[in-house]
Amino acid sequence: MKHLGGHVALHNTFDRRTALRLSGFGAAAWLTRVADLLAVESEHAPQGEPARSIILLWMAGGPSQLETFDPHAGRSIAGGTRSIRTSVKGIELAEGLPRLAEQMDKIAIVRSLTSKEGDHERGTYLLKTGYRPDPTVIHPSIGAISCHELPHGGTEIPRHVSILPGRWPARGGMLGDKYDAFLVGDPAEKVPDVTSPVSSERLAERIEALDIVERAFSRGRSGQVEATRHRATVEQARGMMASEQLAAFDIQQEPHAVREAYGDTPFGRACLAARRLTEVGVRCVEVTLDGWDSHANNHEVHRELVATLDPAIAALLADLHQRDQLRQTLVLCGGEFGRTPRINPLGGRDHWPHGFSYVLAGGGVRGGQAIGQTDPEGGSEVDQPHDVADIHATALAALGINPLKENISPAGRPIKLSEGQVIRPLLG
Amino acid sequence: MGTKDLLLVAICATGLAVVASIVVDAGGSRRNHLPFPPRDAAFQGTVERVDHTFRQAWQSAGVSPSVRAADLAIARRLSLSLTGTIPSLEEIRRFEQQPAEGRIDWWLARLLADRRCSDYLAERFARAYVGVEDGPFLLYRRRRFVAWLSESIHQNRPYDAVVRDLIADTGLWTDRPATNFITVAMIPETNYPDPDKLAVRVCRSMLGLRIDCAQCHDHPFDDRWTQRGFQSLAAYFGSTEQGLSGIYEAKRPYKVEDYKSGEQVTIEPDVPFDGHLLPDEGTLRQRLAGWVTHPDNRAFARATVNRMWTLLFARPLVEPLDDIPLGEPRPDQPEQIVLDRLADEFAGSGYDLHRLIRLIAATEVFRLESRAIAVSGDAAELTDVQLHSWAAFPLTRLRPEQVVGGLLQSVSLTTVDYHSHILRRIIKVIGQQEFVERYGDVGENELTSGGGTIPQRLLMLNGKLVDERTDSNPLMNAATRIAMLAPTDESAVETAYLAVLTRRPTTAESGYFTEQLTGPEEDARSDKLGDLYWALLNSSEFSYHH
Repeated sequence: MKHLGGHVALHNTFDRRTALRLSGFGAAAWLTRVADLLAVESEHAPQGEPARSIILLWMAGGPSQLETFDPHAGRSIAGGTRSIRTSVKGIELAEGLPRLAEQMDKIAIVRSLTSKEGDHERGTYLLKTGYRPDPTVIHPSIGAISCHELPHGGTEIPRHVSILPGRWPARGGMLGDKYDAFLVGDPAEKVPDVTSPVSSERLAERIEALDIVERAFSRGRSGQVEATRHRATVEQARGMMASEQLAAFDIQQEPHAVREAYGDTPFGRACLAARRLTEVGVRCVEVTLDGWDSHANNHEVHRELVATLDPAIAALLADLHQRDQLRQTLVLCGGEFGRTPRINPLGGRDHWPHGFSYVLAGGGVRGGQAIGQTDPEGGSEVDQPHDVADIHATALAALGINPLKENISPAGRPIKLSEGQVIRPLLG
Repeated sequence: MGTKDLLLVAICATGLAVVASIVVDAGGSRRNHLPFPPRDAAFQGTVERVDHTFRQAWQSAGVSPSVRAADLAIARRLSLSLTGTIPSLEEIRRFEQQPAEGRIDWWLARLLADRRCSDYLAERFARAYVGVEDGPFLLYRRRRFVAWLSESIHQNRPYDAVVRDLIADTGLWTDRPATNFITVAMIPETNYPDPDKLAVRVCRSMLGLRIDCAQCHDHPFDDRWTQRGFQSLAAYFGSTEQGLSGIYEAKRPYKVEDYKSGEQVTIEPDVPFDGHLLPDEGTLRQRLAGWVTHPDNRAFARATVNRMWTLLFARPLVEPLDDIPLGEPRPDQPEQIVLDRLADEFAGSGYDLHRLIRLIAATEVFRLESRAIAVSGDAAELTDVQLHSWAAFPLTRLRPEQVVGGLLQSVSLTTVDYHSHILRRIIKVIGQQEFVERYGDVGENELTSGGGTIPQRLLMLNGKLVDERTDSNPLMNAATRIAMLAPTDESAVETAYLAVLTRRPTTAESGYFTEQLTGPEEDARSDKLGDLYWALLNSSEFSYHH
């Protein structure tokens, strides 16, 4: 973790960072000062230190709660899906997640998320930003907020990354597109666009040529051209191209056994890359596992995807734990909605935003608990319902960010980072 | 990418005919266009009054305007704003053959007759009307909607008629494309649209009003906008339903939950201002449409002018783009005075959109330089007052689709349009989508904020599209062909500048790059021109409207 801190200009992030801290819970942990931020360098964060990165495992399409984190084995709504025991007494997962079940003590499940968005695009927006779509403003995703709020540190590569991005990757929204996630594909492939297609000598000549063109354009408008920061951004991009931190994308540097544990799938590789990225100070890595939209053959679709998810998420949690990084890395897992308790004539389950599951782990989240319950008979009423925004408020709180902090939208409207309520038992 | 390789093979296979059509300028005579309509007295008078208003404002602020920009710079502005791309080398040559007097008008007439223009404008307008969402599955056909808008713009259908269709049309979204304005707002699992959402769209995109906040509460400092007033406006969409015959008007009163008592209350439709303009006849939506587009409803013309101005300058005349004051402008508000002059002329012309574009493009401010020209020495800079009072053309970041449009055009010497070879067009579409995805779509926002991003720069510095299009490739890439065909090093440099930046190099630039080209031959020479192309494409000049 030598990269963090050091000589890097932290000033530009401190002035943005709010001085407001939540009080009333967690007490001193919320009073993060400059000195504490510099102390982030320590690998052994003291108890109560806020998390500093998020890994968001995005289950695109909307996974069925019944075939994943909220089984109702034996009930008619289960449609034959069985459940398995976990390392925590009294909490069961759906069959097909045996390795995650071993890690149950590290994870918390909220089984009673409710939403009014039953459309993929709108639901994705809600889950990624904590807000329903609004024609007047584009809300930032949680990854964008964390990059905006938390110190820059010594990170030379993009601090917001989306691996295997789906159709609607995380955006910076009103915070600006510089907070959009940097999109990369399967870590088996090279990271796009970070290596020059020409030799370094030729690149140097090209940059010299660029300066000739820039000089001509700046004449008579140098102040304006300077203000665009175009040339400075080119330099930042070149800095990234030269950065050793790019190696974080290269999972080939991991031992074979580690790679094997995550699973030989694009998603497994992406989870491993996500872990490596957070180690060099990337604030948020979104990793997408797509294909959960099981309007037909629900069980089959889920069997396959769960087989990909299980080793990857379990290995990620175990790996983070073993490296003593789980405390500082918040892992989230979920999709845009759940699926209907009733199975349709095609053997599928349709969209169901009325009660679905979301998983949180690490980052100070107290594992080994399940919050809320869905109706075993398939009704749309849930016990201890939570808004999607509550997940956001909780995640922000875990990162030491005050959810009530406001940004001003382009229309001049103050908008809170989250309007949700922190789910306190999660951080207990 | 396998697809592109295949396409390249296919190009080779189609043989010499294609090669010839690409290498040789065959574009000369095939594109006829309408003659430019003469400027009538009303047109000329409006332009003069607009120019006069700005000049007065400059005078009282004690600033002088920048000089007139070069014709090529103005042509580039028009192409970027109206077609999302830049003039091709072939077009530049023809442009320069026109008599200097009136060649901007000639160019504009050519653009307005070009399908690329109506397609581009339709997409810009569509984002305001229906956003970029995919919308409800099966009930919404965005492409149909954009194609219909494009056709309307191409035919120069009166804009008020277009807007009346958007608000009031009935039928199936597949054969009445305007109804997609309604169906995009359908509430999932119901048969009716969200009236609030539609009311917000009407206000922002057609009236230039932001009363969205009244959706949830009374306006904090403008007592004309109450929550009940907003609900009354939404009530015009409160009886709209979708059935077998598509969108129709049902006989259903519009009810909402009173947020205090929790009871269902019936809301009577009403407009927020100028109620006397409301027609007595017609369905609810027809009446609303009649009110919005009534010639005396100035909010409508103002909103349209402000949007068109924004498209042309990449900066709204009155900010923000869709929140325009309703009252009469004060004498110290030159922008609002100009807005009114243009709006009156626009309404008076029967909402002639092409004429509005020509009007704005004919103003002095549209044709100003975006830089300070030094009288002596090189130190001249624009002052903040000049920049804020339209005394120079604003420098603004291009939208992603303009960057890629310019990129794909610059690497081809002939015009990439509907007349281009199908394979080139396919490659264009594939390249464009991939690029915009990585560059980052700005969505509904008409204006891009702040500077560019690091991923954008990486994409231009190292990305596949730029690399493939500047690489040595005599079939596809202008750089290689210029290296092969240009008679002298100097003209090769000049051609590259014209193709990418729509201008000739300065003496210093020409000297530097000509020297670079002197010596190397064949591949090495192509590489040098590729490097020049790369530098031009990566410059701020290329990525900014100026």
